[in-house]
Amino acid sequence: MVGQKAYYAPPLVTPNKPVIFYEEACNGCNLCVEACMMDVLLPNTEKKKPPIVAYPDECWYCGCCLMECPKGDDAMAVKYPIMHNARWKDPKTGKHYRLGMPDNPLPPNLRPPVE
Amino acid sequence: MTQPSLDWPYPIKYGTLSEVDSDILIIGGGLAGLTAAITSVKKGLKVVLVDKGGSKYSGKAGSGIDHYHDCPNPASPVTAQELTASRIKSSKGYINAIQKYITAKEGYDVLLELESYGAKVRDTQNSFTGAAFRDEKTKLLFSNDYVNRYILLVWGKTFKPALYKELKRTDVKLYERVMTTSLLTEKGKQGSRVVGATGFNIRTGQFYVFRAKAVILCSGNMGDRGWVFSSELQGIGGRNGPGLVSGDGHSMAWRAGAKLTLMEQTASVRRHRWTTEGSYTTSWFPASVVDAEGKEIPWVDGEGNPISNVSDRCKLPIGQLTRGGSGAPITDVKASIRPSVPSLIPDLEERIKTGEYKLPLYCDFPSMPEHERRAVYGFKIANEGTTWLAYHNMTRAGFDPDKHQLQIYEEPPVGGGYGWRRQLGGGVVVDWDLKSSLEGLYIAGDQMFGGATGPGALTTGRYAARKAAEYAAKAASPVIFQSQVEAEKARVYAPIKRQNGIEWKELASGLAKVMQHYCGDTKSDERLQIGLRWLDELARGEAQIAYARNPHELMRLLEVFSLMSCSQAILHQSLARKASSKQLQFKRSDYLQDDSEQWHKFITIRQQDGDVKIEDMPIDYCGDLAKNYEKHCCL
Repeated sequence: MVGQKAYYAPPLVTPNKPVIFYEEACNGCNLCVEACMMDVLLPNTEKKKPPIVAYPDECWYCGCCLMECPKGDDAMAVKYPIMHNARWKDPKTGKHYRLGMPDNPLPPNLRPPVE
Repeated sequence: MTQPSLDWPYPIKYGTLSEVDSDILIIGGGLAGLTAAITSVKKGLKVVLVDKGGSKYSGKAGSGIDHYHDCPNPASPVTAQELTASRIKSSKGYINAIQKYITAKEGYDVLLELESYGAKVRDTQNSFTGAAFRDEKTKLLFSNDYVNRYILLVWGKTFKPALYKELKRTDVKLYERVMTTSLLTEKGKQGSRVVGATGFNIRTGQFYVFRAKAVILCSGNMGDRGWVFSSELQGIGGRNGPGLVSGDGHSMAWRAGAKLTLMEQTASVRRHRWTTEGSYTTSWFPASVVDAEGKEIPWVDGEGNPISNVSDRCKLPIGQLTRGGSGAPITDVKASIRPSVPSLIPDLEERIKTGEYKLPLYCDFPSMPEHERRAVYGFKIANEGTTWLAYHNMTRAGFDPDKHQLQIYEEPPVGGGYGWRRQLGGGVVVDWDLKSSLEGLYIAGDQMFGGATGPGALTTGRYAARKAAEYAAKAASPVIFQSQVEAEKARVYAPIKRQNGIEWKELASGLAKVMQHYCGDTKSDERLQIGLRWLDELARGEAQIAYARNPHELMRLLEVFSLMSCSQAILHQSLARKASSKQLQFKRSDYLQDDSEQWHKFITIRQQDGDVKIEDMPIDYCGDLAKNYEKHCCL
C-alpha cells in the first residue's frame, strides 16, 4: 500500500447523482437533453455518447428525461438521494424495505399506472 | 469520479442581436402560455411565444398534474357562483376572485378543448366502473369530494404534450430556451405602455428584442425560491416546483411599473413531504393511516363523528366545500387537520405524544378498497409531476400497494428552519380584462395575484388571449426605445464579461439570509427597513461582481437578480401593511392587531420614476361576478 497513488478532484456539487446513463445502451439521441426544463444535461461533444449531467444540483426529479427516453430504464435511471428514499413494510411478515436497499429480495412490480 | 471541464457544446453568440415582431408576444410556455398562444393564433394574429425551458415539459404542470381544481362540470351540482363565493368566504376575500370565477366558468370548456388535442380527461378505459368517485354518464372521475364533484381527477401527464403538439401545428413562432429579461415600455419609462421585451438564449447567449402590440405575461411566480437556499434540499433548494419558476415575470412587471399585490403573504416551508413526495391534502388523500403496531388512525367528519367507510371521507353535505388547494391560502394548520371537513382525528399529535399511537405511521393501502387504493397510487401518484418518479422507482423496487404499507415522514409535519418562508399568491394586479395596470400588458396563470391552479392557468390563458387580441387589433404600432434596449443588454451581459468574482449560488444564499433575518416569521418596521438596506447593498455590491462562465450560469444568475427584485417588492409591501393578518400568515411584532376592519383590504405597490407608490384596493374589488364576466369575457 506504501507508494499507492492518491489524487484530488473537486467534489460533487450535490450529495448525489440524480441522473445516470448506462453507456452501453445509451446511443446519444439527446431527447432527454431537449426534455429537461432546467437544462441540466449537456449534449456530449462526442457523437452517440450519453449526455453530460452538467448541473445535477438543479434537477428537480420530475423524470421527464426518463419519460422521453426511447429506451427507458435500459438506458438511464433517475434516482433520489438516499435521505429521500421511501420506506415500506409488509404487515403480514413484519419485514421492512426501502428504495435503494442492497440485496432487495422483492421482485419488480410491473403493474402499469391506470390507463 | 468528477466530471472534466468541457468546451461549451453549443455555439456561442453573445452580442448577436435578433429582432422579432409580432401582434402578440407571450412570455412563458407553461399551461397558460401554450393555451394563450393557441387561442390567439387561431384569431389570425401573428403570435410569438418565448419559453425559458423546453415547452413540452416546462412549468409547474409540465411533468404532470393529477387534480383539476374548482371546475363545475355536468356531473357537479355546484355552480361557478357558489364555488367562487365559497372561496372568497374561506379566504376572507384575499383571493383573486376574477381569476377564480373565470376558472369556474370556463374550466370545463377548456378541459374539452384539451381532450380534442389528445389529452386524456375521462375514464374511457373503464378502469373505475362502479367506483364512488366516478360519474357513469360522463366517465369523469372526482377527488376529495364525491358529492359536490368540483375537483376532477385527470391524466395530467398528457396535458402539456397534447398542448405542445397542437401548438406545433399552428403558425406560432416558438422560441424555446430563451429567457425573457425585461419588458420594454414606451419611451423607456416606468408605467407606460408595454411594447415588447428583451431576452437571451440560455444555450448560445444570443440577444433578442421582441416587439409586440400586446404582451401576455405568464411565466409563473417565485415558486419556492427566495428565502431558502441549501444544497441539502433538492432542486435549487425548493421542492414545490421546478427551479425555473424564479420570479422572472414578477420582477419584469415590477421594474416596468406595474401594480402588484399580496406580495406580503407567505407560507412556511416544509423539509420532507408525506411519504417522500406529494401532498396529503391532494395526491395521497384519502389514504388510510395506521401506526407502527397496525392500529388504525380514525377519521372523523366535520362534527367529530367517526367515519368508517373510505369513500365517506370524500363526502360533504352539498354546498359545504373543502378548504385548501386551488389558490386558497394554505394555513399553518397541519395537513391532517381541516376544520369542518372529514379528516384524521384533529388531536393526533397529542395522542402520539401520550403514547396512544406509536410512530412511525404508515399509509395502509392493503386495507383500502381496490378502487380507492388504485385511484391514489396507480393514478394520482403516477400522474402528478413530482410523484411520477416515486411511482416509477418504487414499483420497480417491488413496492406493491396491494400488499405493502408505505411509511409516512411527516409525523406530525415538521417546520422549516429559522425564518424559512415561501411567497404565496403574490402577483400582478389585473382587472376584468386580465389587463395589468400597464397598457398593452395582459396577465395569465400564476403571474397574477392569487396564484392559479392548472385550470386557472388554462382558462386565464385563453381569456387573456381573447382580450389581448381585441386590443392588438386596434393598437398603434409599438415603438422601441433604443437606449432602454442598450441598458438592458449591458445589464444582461455584464456577468459574462467578468473572468471571476462570485457565482450565482453564493448570491442566492446571501439573498436567502437577508429574507430569513429581516422578512421571516415575524416582521417589524425596523427589521424590514434593514432588509431593504441590505438588499440594496447586495444589488450594488456583490451582484456587481457576480460572473457566469456560460449562458446557462448566466440564466441562473439573472434568476437570482429576479428574486432580488421580487424580494424588494415583498419588503415594500410588508412595510405597507401596518397590521398583522392571520389569513395572510403575516405577523408583525410592532402591529399586533390582527385583521382589523381598517386593514381588511388589498394593498397595491408599484414603482414610478424610481419611487414606490402604495395604494389600496377594496377587498371586494371584483364587484358583481356574473355581470362583470358577461360584460368582459368576449365570448
